[in-house]
Amino acid sequence: MTNIELPASQEAIRRVREDPHRLGHRAHGADEPVEGAGHGATGPASKRILVGYGFWIFLLSDIVMFSCFFAAFAVQRDATAGGPTIGEIVDIPRVAFETAALLLSSYTCMLSFAAVNARNRLWTEIFLFITGLLGLVFVLLELQEFIELAMRGITPQRSGMLTSFFGLVGLHGLHVTLGGMWLATMMAQVLIKGFRREVVHRLICFNLFWHALDIVWIGIFTIVYLMGSGA
Amino acid sequence: MSNTDYDPRAHRGALNPTEDLNHRGDHAPGDEPAEDSGHWVRNANLGLGFSIILTVAAFYLAGSHLIYAPAIPVALIVLAIAQMGVHLVFFLHVTTGPDNTNNVLALAFGVLVVFLIVAGSIWIMDHLSHNMMPMDQMMQMQQ
Repeated sequence: MTNIELPASQEAIRRVREDPHRLGHRAHGADEPVEGAGHGATGPASKRILVGYGFWIFLLSDIVMFSCFFAAFAVQRDATAGGPTIGEIVDIPRVAFETAALLLSSYTCMLSFAAVNARNRLWTEIFLFITGLLGLVFVLLELQEFIELAMRGITPQRSGMLTSFFGLVGLHGLHVTLGGMWLATMMAQVLIKGFRREVVHRLICFNLFWHALDIVWIGIFTIVYLMGSGA
Repeated sequence: MSNTDYDPRAHRGALNPTEDLNHRGDHAPGDEPAEDSGHWVRNANLGLGFSIILTVAAFYLAGSHLIYAPAIPVALIVLAIAQMGVHLVFFLHVTTGPDNTNNVLALAFGVLVVFLIVAGSIWIMDHLSHNMMPMDQMMQMQQ
C-alpha cells in the first residue's frame, strides 16, 4: 500500500460515517451488485432472508386475526346481559405478574438469539430454558385466572362480553402454549443437530413469534385489563 | 457473495468499510447477520429498560388519580403504542434503513388492516346499537 491511497480511503470512511446506508448512492444494475436485492445478476435474496420475511408476513396475518378478536371485545364490552362487568373480573396484581413474566421471557429469548449468533450452544440452551420457564409461569397464571372465574360461575356462555373476553385472552394463551412446545422442539434440535443452517432459520422464526406474542399481550393488558379495571 | 446464506461471523473482519456496505443486502426482521452478539445484548437491555418504564407507568396510571380521569384510557393507549414501538425497534430490529424497506412496508399494510378492522367495527356497531330499539321495548313489541 502506498501513501497516495490513504486520503482516498479516509474519504471513503468519512462518507460511510456520514451516510451509513448510502441513501440514494447505490446504483441499480450490474455496476454495483447488492446481495439479495434482486437486481440483475445477484439473483433472489438468500434463504435466511426469505424465511425471516415469510414468517414476518405470517405474523402480520396472525396480528390481523388478533385484531378481529380485539374488535369483538371492544364492541361487546358493555354487553354484560346483567352478568359481571369487565371491572369486576379483572385482577390487576395477577396481570402485573403475567406481564412481568412475558416481558422477561421476551428478553431472555433475545439473549438466547445473541448466544445463537455467537454459536454458543450452552448459553443458547440456558436462555431458551429460562424463556420456556417464564412462558410456563404465564400460562399457569392465566389458567389459574380462568379456573377462579369459572368457580365463581363466570364462564364464556354467560354474556357477550365474557365470550369475547375468554376468546381474546384464551387465543393469546393458546399461542403462548403452542410457542412453548415449539421452544421445547428447538431446544432438542439445537442439542442434537447443533447450529445447522436450517436450525438457525427456525430459531429466527421462533424469536419473531415470541416477540410478537409479547406485542399482542401489550394490547391485551392495556385494552382489556387496565382500561377494564377503571370501568 | 452469491446466492448463498452467509455466516454472521463472515462480515466481522471486513477490511474496508465501504466494501462491506456494498455487500449488504436486505434484512429480515429480527435478524441482523452483520452484527456480533454484543450488539444483540445491548439492544435487549435497552428494550427491556424502556419496556419496564412504559409498563410500570401504565399500571401506575391505571390505578391512580394522577391525571384527569377521562384522559386515562387515552394515556394508556399512547403508552401501549409506545411500548409496541420499543418492541419493534429493539426486539424485532425493524429500522428505517433501506435494507428494511420490505419489512416496513409489510408492517404498514398490517397496521392499516388492523386499524380498518378495529376502528371500522367500533364505528359501525356503535351506530347500529344507537339505531336499535331498547331491549325492554322490543320485548313489549313481541307480546
